[in-house]
Amino acid sequence: MADSSRLCSVFLGSETGILKGVSLSRKQAFNFCNTQHLSRDEEVRVLVWGDRAETDLLLGARDGSVKTFSLEKGSFTETRSCGDPQEGGFTGLEVLEEGGLVTCQETGTIRVWREASSAPVAEVVTGKNVCRMRQNPAQRNKMATGGKENGLKIWDLENPKNPPAFSARNLKDDWLDLKRAQWVRDVAFMPQSEKVVTCTGYHQVHIHDPSSPQRRPVMEMEFGDHPLTALSLPTGGTSVVVGNTRGEVAVLDLRKGLVRGALKGLCGGVRALQCHPSLPIVASCGLDRFLRIHSLEDRKLQHKVYLKSRLNCLLLASQREEWGGGAGAGGEEVKKEEEGGEEDDEVWENMERVEEQGKRKSTTEEEEVLKRSKKGED
Amino acid sequence: MDITEVPVSNNNKGKNNEYKKPKNKSVTKERNAVEPKLEPKLEASETAFPPTFSVSEIKNKQRRHHMFMKFKLEKSKLKLQVKKKKKKEREALGDKAPPKEVPKTIENQRVYDETTVDPEDEEIAFDEGTDEFSAYFNGLTNPKVLITTSDRPRGRTVRFCEQLATVVPNAHVYYRRGLALKKIIPQCVARNFTYLMVINEDRKMPNGLVLCHLPDGPTAHFKISSVRLRKEMKRRGKDPTEHSPEVILNNFTTRLGHSIGRLLAALFPQDPQFVGRQVATFHNQRDFIFFRFHRYIFKNEKKVGIQELGPRFTLKLRSLQKGTFDSKFGEYEWVLKRHEMDACRRKFQI
Repeated sequence: MADSSRLCSVFLGSETGILKGVSLSRKQAFNFCNTQHLSRDEEVRVLVWGDRAETDLLLGARDGSVKTFSLEKGSFTETRSCGDPQEGGFTGLEVLEEGGLVTCQETGTIRVWREASSAPVAEVVTGKNVCRMRQNPAQRNKMATGGKENGLKIWDLENPKNPPAFSARNLKDDWLDLKRAQWVRDVAFMPQSEKVVTCTGYHQVHIHDPSSPQRRPVMEMEFGDHPLTALSLPTGGTSVVVGNTRGEVAVLDLRKGLVRGALKGLCGGVRALQCHPSLPIVASCGLDRFLRIHSLEDRKLQHKVYLKSRLNCLLLASQREEWGGGAGAGGEEVKKEEEGGEEDDEVWENMERVEEQGKRKSTTEEEEVLKRSKKGED
Repeated sequence: MDITEVPVSNNNKGKNNEYKKPKNKSVTKERNAVEPKLEPKLEASETAFPPTFSVSEIKNKQRRHHMFMKFKLEKSKLKLQVKKKKKKEREALGDKAPPKEVPKTIENQRVYDETTVDPEDEEIAFDEGTDEFSAYFNGLTNPKVLITTSDRPRGRTVRFCEQLATVVPNAHVYYRRGLALKKIIPQCVARNFTYLMVINEDRKMPNGLVLCHLPDGPTAHFKISSVRLRKEMKRRGKDPTEHSPEVILNNFTTRLGHSIGRLLAALFPQDPQFVGRQVATFHNQRDFIFFRFHRYIFKNEKKVGIQELGPRFTLKLRSLQKGTFDSKFGEYEWVLKRHEMDACRRKFQI
């Protein structure tokens, strides 16, 4: 079990409560669970790395418990109860720098939990019907939330009592002067700037800029006719990958607001998308029970793995050897060439000692020089 | 101007000329110039068989058709000769003859689907044991079906709905009256209905079926084709009685097939003691589900007589949506994507 958990490069949480690990190089999938004790209450809603070194996984389950899975040991080490199942499933689970947990459930209360305490240390009420809470990877105490009729808000956990640091304004009323409906399904912070990208249930993608005085979205795009459920930002910062409930996954350009291309293959609603931090790869999972890995450069399907339950969330283990395997293999090949080069040098050195061959070399060089001069004349 | 004279009187010759066609298309321009020289050579060989060109390169439609017919005739003659030879050899060998080759069909050549359900798989067994149909399969609920149509149905659809109501036990037909499905669903749930069936009509023919499992179950959208009502059936038996029919589900092998199979099976009440000799069959072949309704009688231990009663129709799954009917905001578990999924002729999803 421990070995298999170390091999896996992608971890997924399913609706049946099973944590699955997939090793792409070996084309194997592992279930980390106790088959006798499966229950739908343990449906995994969120998955997050416990620390930057990616040695621990935290799962948020439907019954309000947060489990820790250690990759070294290959088993669940800890379970904490961090919420009420009646408040809806987890919509966000994040880890703080100083070793605390932040959870958010559908009723909208963000709670901060510290080690070994059963009551939350701090609570922030964010409104009802929250669909997603995400942490800013640059400023770890800022959280963004969004939901149905609940616009994007960015909260600072160091001052939980204050109003949100940024609260987005809804789009302008439409031509009948009716308020536009808003339904934020997924949120992502753009890495190099303060901007936040959101995708909505009304098939729009918005970019908000907290540093600008404008509270309305800076950029608005539409894709398809069905609600967009998942969103991920590849490195590069100019595009975004979105998926909707019909299984249409597309790469959108953030500068112009156009569709760059679609990633084909999914036939069920997309539940989670993640782009790899360094390689141009995006992993997607959804209701059709498959994990698919597409390459972002040519938008082709690279891997497709059948995992027998509907999948809710996924995590890429970016520091695994098999991702770096590409670079490693390249390194090995380069080394081989160098070795080959060294052997060749030795061979040439041996040859140079024989005078005749040396003369031949020099004659050929002279001929080349002559040819060049002739060509020059022409 | 380069005018090449092709003799019109001798039709045969003209057709034979076309045989001298090089494979390289760039050379075709030269051919016209070369033709008159090569005519005398070709007169000797009537039909260079097999020809080194394809019949499709002849531009003249009549000649092309004639050539193609000849080609087909020769091919079928060859095939017949081969068959006769094989049959003779078989008879000559008698008992030692090699076994007959199984002909290739699309079902034989079906690409193995990785989602095919293994009966011993624990995870899938758990998944199915706790899904939306678990209440039915554990014997806790009895099906109660509401059949309705799209607004203002015409004769054929109305008769189809009535016949469906006789086939499915505990089914009630209601007139649609332009009501929204999303508003009907909570009312059905309140009245303990377990299924909502909506037959969609187009140009006086039923062409779609939305089957929604009620408490919070999946919604399947099918396309209906080849509907045959009772009076159009030949050699049919008397009308079905009130007994619950047996259900036969054939060839639902993949995970999606299992879901659909359970969806269709949960329409009928579960009763292991079969009373009436009626059976409803859902047969899946090449992603089309064929529905037949028969009455059977065992004449002796090995022989059964069957009579077809009831309507027959074909279904093709277009989408399976998680949750009750919500085509705009619901999440789809499976959607038919025509050009992506139909690319391989031997790959099926159900």
